[in-house]
Amino acid sequence: MTFAAGFLNITIMIAFVALALGMILSMVRLVRGPNPGDRILALDTMVINALGLVVLLGIHQGMQIFFEVSLLIAMLGFVSTVALARFLLRGDIIE
Amino acid sequence: MMLEFIGSLVVGILLLIGSGFAVVSVLGLLKFNDSMTRLHAPTKVGTVGIGALLLASMCNSFLIGDGSLHELLIMAFLFVTAPISANFIAKVNIHTRACQTTPTLPEGKDWSTLSDPLRRDDVQK
Repeated sequence: MTFAAGFLNITIMIAFVALALGMILSMVRLVRGPNPGDRILALDTMVINALGLVVLLGIHQGMQIFFEVSLLIAMLGFVSTVALARFLLRGDIIE
Repeated sequence: MMLEFIGSLVVGILLLIGSGFAVVSVLGLLKFNDSMTRLHAPTKVGTVGIGALLLASMCNSFLIGDGSLHELLIMAFLFVTAPISANFIAKVNIHTRACQTTPTLPEGKDWSTLSDPLRRDDVQK
């Protein structure tokens, strides 16, 4: 309706498209990454992008409940990255 | 009215900055040509991009009603854990011989991930 609301809507759409493009491109690196480290890094980037998408959904719908979702995604992403790297380093996750 | 206008403008500009940084980080992940170089793009630039998105979410919560500073928690968590995961991935790259040139170490020092002397000789050859 007003200029400000229209600008906000357009920027939210642009940010959705950019983050989805980022997920697709990091999936390309995940598929053709030559080393295991590249694959772990691509998975970590995908988790970060998914976190950004959830935050954007929260802005778009104007709901505060998405805060818990994004916090959980951040914690699980860090733990899974460390677990994968640990498995490749030591052959075991918890020794 | 004027305050609402300025708030929407700030949220939109922060969203544009954040999405731009996110796209640049993924382009770096895709286009760089070395594993150790590739490590730098998402762990620094991507963290800044997500920080800008969370800042936009915080400003938006002040814009639409009762403001909340919850997103600072996620920002702090991400800014603390991104270097740790980058360090772990760099260790994986050293351990799986993904980087060609391991830096030469001073006398009497060795890599913590390559503590096996047989493997360390293998690297130095």
